[in-house]
Amino acid sequence: MKDEKEPATHKNMPGILKYIALDILKNKIVIAYTIMLALFSWSAFGLEDNASKGALTVLNIVLLTVPLVSVLFTTIYVYNSNEFIELLVSHPVRRSVIWKSLFAGLSASLVLAYLLGAGIPLVLFTAPGTAAMMLISGSFLSVIFAALAFLAAVLTRDKAKGIGVSIMLWLYFALLFDGLVLFLFFQFSDYPIEKLVVMLSALSPIDLSRILVLLHLDVSAMMGYTGAIFKTYFGSAWGLLMSFCLLLLWIWIPFSVSLRKFIKKDL
Amino acid sequence: MITIRHISKSFGKLKALNNISLQLAPGECIALIGPNGCGKTTLIKSILAMVLPDEGSIFFDGKDIRNDNLYRAQIGYMPQIGRYPENMTIGQVIDMVAGIRNSSAPPDMELYEEFGVSRLLDKRMRTLSGGTTQKVSATLAFMFRPRVLILDEPTAGLDPLAAGILKDKIIKSGQEGCLTLITSHLLSELEDLITQLIFMQEGSLVLHKDVEELKNLTGQDTVAKSVLQLLKSGEIGVEL
Repeated sequence: MKDEKEPATHKNMPGILKYIALDILKNKIVIAYTIMLALFSWSAFGLEDNASKGALTVLNIVLLTVPLVSVLFTTIYVYNSNEFIELLVSHPVRRSVIWKSLFAGLSASLVLAYLLGAGIPLVLFTAPGTAAMMLISGSFLSVIFAALAFLAAVLTRDKAKGIGVSIMLWLYFALLFDGLVLFLFFQFSDYPIEKLVVMLSALSPIDLSRILVLLHLDVSAMMGYTGAIFKTYFGSAWGLLMSFCLLLLWIWIPFSVSLRKFIKKDL
Repeated sequence: MITIRHISKSFGKLKALNNISLQLAPGECIALIGPNGCGKTTLIKSILAMVLPDEGSIFFDGKDIRNDNLYRAQIGYMPQIGRYPENMTIGQVIDMVAGIRNSSAPPDMELYEEFGVSRLLDKRMRTLSGGTTQKVSATLAFMFRPRVLILDEPTAGLDPLAAGILKDKIIKSGQEGCLTLITSHLLSELEDLITQLIFMQEGSLVLHKDVEELKNLTGQDTVAKSVLQLLKSGEIGVEL
């Protein structure tokens, strides 16, 4: 009998997902986020005379704001959904289905907001290769930071603490990590540590995305020797594939840890 | 119908449930009472598998509920505070839950009609008052003809008229053989509903008795007075 009814629980996922996505897309913060991205992107391309420069400006904005909004909004949304999650758990659904639906709904909405806000001007103004890379890495960043937020939200019961953890995660990846790499670079500039730096940059999804996009812009020529090193590692098809695998890992690891915690969590 | 065997649960140092064993039979309407923080909510949440006990097991129709979720198709749960995603409409919430339940039986629309939910279908959850949210929660709890009802402070926040409708519905479900578990602080509200009483204190089960038996034992004519009598006589050693 169990086998017979099992598929029913799986069918639930699109159902829950649909309503969660609808709810988030109507959220004022997500709408404001989309408009903000659009305003920044359109004005960046409008102000710069060179599309490449415009893309660079957009890239810098995207690398800062997309992770921040994704991680903060997701954390707050998950905490605010506590009672709703409880209600869902009281129905015949597996916890994993609830958690996955919530994650898929949030990720899809954040990606959609990014594509609508920053995606349209990027496609219109930049070369197809650059635009595609920007769209992909921005979408990845949205989902990765949503996954990190899920982890932060499941690890701490207290909302304020969870939001604190999220902000720390963002600070670390967006600002501190760069500083650390730069510090290493200068301290050991006498040694051939380029390979190490390449490896280190894989440890931060934001840096990984930055490198991926920069390599597709003309400006990568200005990055000198390090740029050349990056080009040999990340520019090839093999390097590109590796980078995407790494980005996927950045989604998969935090989310699967959070899922395991959530299944055993007392609500 | 529900058998609870020696369950214990601690949150850090706090012992929320201390070796509780209970046998709950169909058709009974059971009031779960006790001072704040006595473990009522933890017990309810354990039955719903929201809280996973450290020790012991809970059986539903003889089956261990651990690693099972289908048994919850038999349970209607009404939370104390229902909070739903802000931008969902009442209609969407009902559709979603119906989708999850995926039950072939025709839904029970009695509360839906009596509470006038149909007029509110397009309202967003954010805009609802506490009482209306409770009406939605109650409608959902009864809609899928559950065999077990778990109601956490069901009448809190409801206006007297709505509370009356809900009480009638609870009695009716009981007559149809539904096992009902109600927590409430106001014993007087439950007077004409309940057939059994469970009293908990500091995570332990103090009393589980039939209401009639309790009244005979104490020589009082209402449940509230009986409990008071027991409290005074020191049989239940707490100050409320």
